[in-house]
Amino acid sequence: MLRLFSKTLKTGVVTERIKKPAADELEQLGIEVKQQIDRHFKGSLAIRAVDAGSCNGCELEIHALNNPIYDIERFGIHFAASPRHADVLLVTGPVSRHMQSALLRVWQATPEPKWVIAAGDCAVCGGEFGESYACCGSVDKVVPVDVAIPGCPPTPEMLLKGILGLINGAKTRSQPSDARQK
Amino acid sequence: MSQSWRDMYSQLLSSNQISHTSSSIQDTPLWQIESSQWQRAAELAKELSARWVAGWAEQLEDSFNVNALLEKDGDYVLLRTTVAEQHLQLPSQSTIYAAANRSERHTRDLLGVHFTDCPDHRPWLKHQAWQKHEYPLRKDFPLSGQPQDITPPDMDYAFVKARGHGVYEIPVGPVHAGIIEPGHFRFQAVGETILNLEEHLGYVHKGIEKLAVQRSPEKLARLAARISGDSTVAHAWAACQAMEQAASVDIPSRAAWLRGIACERERIANHLGDIGAICNDVGFAFAQMQFSRLREQWLRPQLQDFGHRLMMDYIVPGGVSHDINQDACERQLQALKTLRQELDDIVPAIDMNSSLEDRLYTAGYLSPQTAQDFGVVGYVGRASSQDFDVRRDKPYAPYHTLQIDAVLEEQGDVASRVWVRVKEIFASIKLLQQMLSQLPDGDIKADWKTPQANAEGLAMIDGWRGEIISYVRFDEDNRISRFYARDPSCVNWPALEKIVLNNIVPDFPVCNKSLNGSYSGHDL
Ligand code: SF4
Repeated sequence: MLRLFSKTLKTGVVTERIKKPAADELEQLGIEVKQQIDRHFKGSLAIRAVDAGSCNGCELEIHALNNPIYDIERFGIHFAASPRHADVLLVTGPVSRHMQSALLRVWQATPEPKWVIAAGDCAVCGGEFGESYACCGSVDKVVPVDVAIPGCPPTPEMLLKGILGLINGAKTRSQPSDARQK
Repeated sequence: MSQSWRDMYSQLLSSNQISHTSSSIQDTPLWQIESSQWQRAAELAKELSARWVAGWAEQLEDSFNVNALLEKDGDYVLLRTTVAEQHLQLPSQSTIYAAANRSERHTRDLLGVHFTDCPDHRPWLKHQAWQKHEYPLRKDFPLSGQPQDITPPDMDYAFVKARGHGVYEIPVGPVHAGIIEPGHFRFQAVGETILNLEEHLGYVHKGIEKLAVQRSPEKLARLAARISGDSTVAHAWAACQAMEQAASVDIPSRAAWLRGIACERERIANHLGDIGAICNDVGFAFAQMQFSRLREQWLRPQLQDFGHRLMMDYIVPGGVSHDINQDACERQLQALKTLRQELDDIVPAIDMNSSLEDRLYTAGYLSPQTAQDFGVVGYVGRASSQDFDVRRDKPYAPYHTLQIDAVLEEQGDVASRVWVRVKEIFASIKLLQQMLSQLPDGDIKADWKTPQANAEGLAMIDGWRGEIISYVRFDEDNRISRFYARDPSCVNWPALEKIVLNNIVPDFPVCNKSLNGSYSGHDL
């Protein structure tokens, strides 16, 4: 136990600091995200990650958002275990046809108002896989997409930027996602 | 010198009247046998305790090649048989080797090759995206297929049922609660105890084998780098090595060493992330925070030195895409020292934690016998006494000149798998220190040569998850006509069904994470 405490103390706070926003884009971003979330989502934004056929590279970077260096929860963003608890679906992969129905069901299970982020080249435009007998070719061919984050995979910073973009867009949007039934 | 198993196998085949015309793909012997002997040949290999490694098929003009790769003591043999299209069937090897089961079903789903007495007639990769009697890997099947507007879910997979007082079923997935890949698990349980688990995979099937057809070498390398993002370096290396064999391209030794450096870095990154995640699955946040911090600090410099945080597309046909200078070597050597020091603090702290001990020891037991029967590889095998490491047993550059300390544990539980990985981090640190301080000078990329039509290549690479097999065949103008990659997950996934037996349902996540199969690498 002592070792544990001593290592924890020795490590200190590694989370990148909020003091100098100008010098650190991540922080700047985070602060903006936080303000917007406070204003529009009463301080908390729940994201449901859905892998719709990714190579798992995108998942690695989404995971990184939870490490103590990015520590996304400090901005009020957390990953929910069920779509029923989610404001946002963060979808990766070119939507394999075998996942198409599952993605639709997840989308239907998410309460309104809801937003969809397509994360990664595959989700945005099919990436290396494209459209084929096995892949739908992009997320927006299956559910309406509000924000697209390119990158293969997008870095944690890009993911955070994308989430900010979503929130800024969400302010101006009057209607909830058009209930395109597929 | 004692006789190699290959010679013994050859004699055994001959004495059983199984003629096997011998040729080779580079240094792997290729034995062509009669299709009627397919099963018998496997039986004889099993008598010699050979491991069934991988199986795949390929459509030719009016026939199909079916391949099975076997291994023992680092010596591989590729068995091949040719089956006429009008009579597309042969006896199954999965009655002999459990590992062949899903592979044969994969081949049946994608190519329509029928393994007559395969004990499992259920489709495996095929859900509802294409029709029965359609085979996506056949030449007359267009890449675009004929998809429906909405592909219906695969509702009718015939899971094994258990009945009885107090038995209940838990369906899990394809969408899981965490940030992980999709797949379906069907549990039968009594109280909290798992009676049976069946996996149903194939949800992330992206048609990689079909997409590979007609690609140029560069494009195939990019595709291979996306078979399983966490093994991007290892898969790209395997595909490039197979293509380089086919094209008789010798890569510069500096390139081979840089590939080794990237591959060991990938091993460390994944081990760091997973050890933290395993601890987190039993609620031990300290380790998760420490290890995920170390992982992030480990990934960041890769952007500068290898052009990408995960080193995607770093390995290209003929070599690597970026060189590193002396400064970068020094920096990386320094980072290795720091990582060691950090681990020297953290590892004893987790070792002495009794709550962790309570959850990880004896959980998720895989016996050495089952591990051998299933032919599991990588850290899952090495935690259950399966002493095999491609880097040591079938060495390739740069490992042929390095001392490989393969880590071995024998308890076969979750804790063993964690400890194998902890020790592998230390072993990789040592390897990296050697490689960085002795990095040979020279070019980082060889010129590409157009391979002869029909040239084949077969590579074995030890990724962080274990042995990756990559097979390629070229057609006449530098285009791929067949590509198959066997991720270690293909042979490790079935072991999970055994690992969880008699464990409690709440321990499933940690058991699963301790094996950590790739869904994408398996589903292709
Ligand atoms: S965008 Fe790249 S990293 Fe993400 S799933 Fe697609 S191939 Fe993998």
